Amino acid sequence: MSDVITRSQPAPVMIGGKQRLSVIDCDIHPQFGSKDEILPFLPERWQDYMKTYGGLYRQALADTLSHPRMAPDVARNDAWPPKGPPGSDLAFMREQHLDANNIDHGMLMPLNRGPANQRNLDFGAALAHAVNDWQLHYWVNPEPRLHGSIVIAHDDAKAAVVEIELRAKDKSFSQIMMPPHSIEPLGRRKYWPVYEAAQACNLPISFHVSGVNGFASTGSGSPSYYIEEHHTNVRGMQSLITSMVLEGVFEQFPQLRIVLVEGGLAWAPSLKWRLDKHWMRFRLEVPHLKRPPSEYIREHIWFTTQPLDEPDRDQDLAEILEFIGCDRVMFSTDYPHWDFDDPRFVLGKLALSDEKKEMIFSGNAKKLYNLS
Amino acid sequence: MTTSAPSTRTRHVVARAGEIKPGDRKLVEIAGRPIALFNLNGEFFAIGDKCPHEAGSLCKGKLGSFADSDEPGKYHLTHQGEVIKCPWHGWEFDIRTGQSYCDPQQVRVRSYDAGVAHGSDLLTGPFKAETYKVTVEEDYVVINL
Repeated sequence: MSDVITRSQPAPVMIGGKQRLSVIDCDIHPQFGSKDEILPFLPERWQDYMKTYGGLYRQALADTLSHPRMAPDVARNDAWPPKGPPGSDLAFMREQHLDANNIDHGMLMPLNRGPANQRNLDFGAALAHAVNDWQLHYWVNPEPRLHGSIVIAHDDAKAAVVEIELRAKDKSFSQIMMPPHSIEPLGRRKYWPVYEAAQACNLPISFHVSGVNGFASTGSGSPSYYIEEHHTNVRGMQSLITSMVLEGVFEQFPQLRIVLVEGGLAWAPSLKWRLDKHWMRFRLEVPHLKRPPSEYIREHIWFTTQPLDEPDRDQDLAEILEFIGCDRVMFSTDYPHWDFDDPRFVLGKLALSDEKKEMIFSGNAKKLYNLS
Repeated sequence: MTTSAPSTRTRHVVARAGEIKPGDRKLVEIAGRPIALFNLNGEFFAIGDKCPHEAGSLCKGKLGSFADSDEPGKYHLTHQGEVIKCPWHGWEFDIRTGQSYCDPQQVRVRSYDAGVAHGSDLLTGPFKAETYKVTVEEDYVVINL
């Protein structure tokens, strides 16, 4: 009698039948092993504060998720390591994801405790600094395939700039990270110091769906269902792009590069067409824009694939990617979250040339993040 | 559930019947194919382990029910304990038939014929038992493939 046969590791991700595909994953979530794991990275004052008051988000149940998220810890059921929550164990992540899926580089997207959501701005800034040290200690230093994202609390732009300038010298960090659900539309001038610092440091800013800003997620109140809430991620990204373009952020900071993570992409062509149409009529209202909105989007915005839009015909997806520009699309998995995309699946869905597939899986991210 | 296998298929011994308790499941592999085997109140069902969507391992999913509704505000549960939910994206499949209820027109997982055969029967069948230590003391779970 044989024992249980455990499932063998999946075969390497191949392209063109035989060549190993290099994969850069633009969305990996590291998690605290326990809620107190961050404490040693905080100064004593903020350790005491955290133990006494906890976090304060702009919502009624101040330190919880704003909506149940489909699965415990938002995670794949099979992503729980022997100890601790999903995404908290580097050895497990290596085996289940980095090694198994050919991940040559992975961009960390730490959402932990949401420093940018904190109402106490000083605590937010201290927490952001601590999460950045924590990324280095637990993830980037022991695993060179992983790259940090500079977490900031952008509502105190001055403190955010200090953190950016401190971290930008360290090549362990490849980008800056902000939540798209902000207190004011993200093109507003209160956030410009952050964009100025990002441009000066030559670091992209990655907006990963998140943010507890106290507003209902739709323009007409809070939705009843998670499926409804989940879709508001798309509107969040559309608002973000529209605001940044129309406020003139890209005129002011012509080298600024923005990455949108987990907000989909199939909607982008129609947003460009519509904004261009409006701009033809209303351009006197926004005379600081020198070009049609679509051109700023085409030049400054990078999109990530997960959760992949899945039209019935793969050809329709390919056409959308061409409309966006295949040089502006980057692969992402969202590991270990429940809506993870497997690179084999995404590869099979891309009805594009091998050259364009390789751009999406690694080439575009290599260029953007200056990776070898 | 069957107690004897069609002669055209190969019978694969995959577990002792007592080894998988009611409500439990086991991941087995036959000829390189991962298969999720479930004991549903004493009945055995086997389905392809790879979710047809993105190949998540169904054996690692949660068993639950379907919620059906005739109108908004009302619901009832069906197929209680018989629905496996993919651990990745939550696609749901009836473990009896492999039928998906996320996209029932297009997607189903393969279901396999699983039954319980007495150990003594297995010694004579055309099954691939070389790698299994077959004894006659207990009954075995057999997958017909």
